[in-house]
Amino acid sequence: MGGKILLASIDIPGIREFGVYRASGGYAAVEQALRGMTPAQVGNEVTKSGLRGRGGAGFPTGLKWSFLDRKSDKPRYLVCNADESEPGTFKDRYLMHHLPHLLIEGLIISSYALGVKTCYIYIRGEFKYLVGILETAIREANKNGFLGERILGTDFSLNIYVHPGAGAYICGEETALLESLEGKRGNPRIKPPFPAFKGLYGCPTVVNNVETLATVAPIIRMGGEAYAKIGRGKSTGTKLISACGNINNPGVYEIEMGLPVEDFIYAPEYCGGIANDKYLKAVIPGGSSVPILPADLMLNTARGEKRLMTYESLADGEFATGTMLGSGGFIVFDEDACIVRNTWNLAHFYRHESCGQCSPCREGTGWMERVLYRIEHGAGKMSDIDLLVRVAKNIEGNTICPLGDAAAWPVASAIRHFRREFEYHVKHPEVVKNTSHGALNYEVESMIPDSGTGVNYW
Amino acid sequence: MRGLTTKKMKVTIDNIPVEVEDGTTILQAARKIGGKVVPPAMCYYSKLKGSGGKCRTCLVKVSQGSAKDPRPMPKLVASCSTPVQDGMVVQNLTSPEVVEARKGIVEFLLLNHPLDCPVCDQAGECDLQDLSFGYGMEETATEDDRREFPMTDIGENIKLHMNRCILCYRCVYAADQLTDKRLHGVLYRGDVSEIGTFIRNAVTNEFSGNMIDVCPVGALTDKTFRFKSRVWFLKPMNAHRECARCAGKTVAWMFGNEIYRVTGRKDQFGEVEEFICNECRFEKKDAGDWVIEGPRHISRQSVISANHYEEMTEPSVIDPIAGKMEKDE
Ligand SMILES: Cc1cc2nc3c(=O)[nH]c(=O)nc-3n(C[C@H](O)[C@H](O)[C@H](O)COP(=O)(O)O)c2cc1C
Ligand code: SF4
Ligand code: SF4
Ligand code: FES
Repeated sequence: MGGKILLASIDIPGIREFGVYRASGGYAAVEQALRGMTPAQVGNEVTKSGLRGRGGAGFPTGLKWSFLDRKSDKPRYLVCNADESEPGTFKDRYLMHHLPHLLIEGLIISSYALGVKTCYIYIRGEFKYLVGILETAIREANKNGFLGERILGTDFSLNIYVHPGAGAYICGEETALLESLEGKRGNPRIKPPFPAFKGLYGCPTVVNNVETLATVAPIIRMGGEAYAKIGRGKSTGTKLISACGNINNPGVYEIEMGLPVEDFIYAPEYCGGIANDKYLKAVIPGGSSVPILPADLMLNTARGEKRLMTYESLADGEFATGTMLGSGGFIVFDEDACIVRNTWNLAHFYRHESCGQCSPCREGTGWMERVLYRIEHGAGKMSDIDLLVRVAKNIEGNTICPLGDAAAWPVASAIRHFRREFEYHVKHPEVVKNTSHGALNYEVESMIPDSGTGVNYW
Repeated sequence: MRGLTTKKMKVTIDNIPVEVEDGTTILQAARKIGGKVVPPAMCYYSKLKGSGGKCRTCLVKVSQGSAKDPRPMPKLVASCSTPVQDGMVVQNLTSPEVVEARKGIVEFLLLNHPLDCPVCDQAGECDLQDLSFGYGMEETATEDDRREFPMTDIGENIKLHMNRCILCYRCVYAADQLTDKRLHGVLYRGDVSEIGTFIRNAVTNEFSGNMIDVCPVGALTDKTFRFKSRVWFLKPMNAHRECARCAGKTVAWMFGNEIYRVTGRKDQFGEVEEFICNECRFEKKDAGDWVIEGPRHISRQSVISANHYEEMTEPSVIDPIAGKMEKDE
């Protein structure tokens, strides 16, 4: 499969250091952009590249940049979303860890295109060890004239700051992130107004994912059109996929968009097949928020076509028989995985991470978690299954931010495709109570103290 | 506003046309029409900046975005925080989808609510009670334990009964905006978030009592009044006095010649007309302190005017479209 674009230089020893990165062709794109292109031309290349946001929603980046309020006389900000907290997604961490300068390079070029003088990297609190790596990279870039005042002798000046979050998934939602960056409680804002008009400190702001912004550097290097030729249809370029679960080779892979899902799962250079010679049961292909699909629908669409790793193909059949590419967190389940248990686990996550601001999400996530806990622990009723469907439906689309949907979709899709497994749990409480789930001497209940009432389990 | 130059927006809500200024929200436009097209609002409060968007009871369907772009909006929207567009067509009670979604919201709001109306001071003037009366389902589906918090004090005069709180954030905005510094906020997140009282004794501000009036439920109550009487046994009288801090226009809730409590004057949408100070609210409980103007008309169609306590605890199936939520003119 086509060459690597983002991770091309990852195996060069010492690539984390400025000197090595520079010697391997790093920062050439900054020179190219600042010396030879206008900001509008840079934006144009990004638009032509067809790059879509890698943070989950897949919104075209060039289009997002074009919305930025350029008439306002307030300062503009670029915020790099490095909060990566979606279960199953660990690609940004990998990229920042190994190629910090690639991100810095992308940030400089993007800031230049957007007319930004101050850029923030909002990084997940748990990624403390990356803060030092990024700050070292920023210092090195500064020392070598790629950051700070009058970069490369041009009129363009830029400072980048790293700001660690305090450990909340919701702060990855762009407006909650901005609140948190301003020093407030990380509650998502009500939109409109959108960040492009009123973002950080009420100023025009662009928020983009780490991978999105890093990709801007190779796009400038190779040109937007060349980038657009890679991939398939409206899913241009390459995508980082973090693969985990019951596979032989978990890890982060850069794939060309359009790779068949089957190849990704079974080819030795990617996941390498299902571990322990087991069968594939189901996949959550885009991070925990996207619908789960059973093996048959994962490998082929309902229309009988091969399912491909693209935004379009994964969504084929909509939610009835499809799912989403999301943020590229590819979670694989083998034949022994318990879908009910997994769904409960995710429901617990969303309950814990809801900011609690709006009633459907605050109350609904807790409700679904309690009901799933019951079913998984052998105390469920048949009517609970329909109750879950109803609660998920009442949350979906009725909340302030997409976390509500993200909590509802896994539950709704698990029941849609694995209803019989839920029914089995209700019919055979003794069996499910005594299943070990492969974890040695692991008491099922001990995972979450006091899950029944939901109070004070912090 | 420059009179003639202000652009008017034509909006249709439940087939009733209305003209409003640019920048008006759907909810405000509906309030201009009045009656049953007004969506219920549990968190929005026109006098508190930034409020709204949270409870989701005011969701409506926009079946036509504007004259220019007639496409419908893909999701239901919060009418309290969505500005109107010229030519917008909105459905509130005429949309079965809205009525269905709202039922779901009411169910969520009641899920962890203790339903302790029989011992709650707010009973009879509680927005949540009114709401569930109008939209409630026949039964609450949950059999789980409800979350429980200990009762706490917010300052000397206010009791916080967190079990009843629906996290509308109104009191947070009130504390933020009416008092000189933020005295309490929201702690934790999700369904264990709570109104913070770590500064429990610090709320000495002269306007802190308004948090009680903005609270749509019985989570914040007046300690100087708690359990003294059921509100429907009291006569609400418009009263006023010379006050150096506020306009001194209040409602004195009386039994015979005795004043049991003092509150702000609420309009037909349940919002106080003018915020009052703590001295008027908590300290002036003598009939001699006030000029009593006369009885106050209870304008809201609610359980308080239904005066049928038994009926409310058992939410009856009343077709909301038939007008249970209708506000008296
Ligand atoms: C609950 C929630 C969590 C999110 N977490 C992240 C995250 O960790 N990283 C990220 O890049 N985007 C996250 N997003 C998406 C962001 O809101 C935003 O769309 C994204 O950063 C935009 O960048 P992009 O256009 O480059 O994808 C999250 C969204 C939601 C609703
Ligand atoms: S959907 Fe959930 S996380 Fe998002 S604002 Fe509402 S309560 Fe908060
Ligand atoms: S205490 Fe009352 S006003 Fe404050 S958030 Fe709770 S319900 Fe709203
Ligand atoms: S009143 Fe609009 S969301 Fe609460």
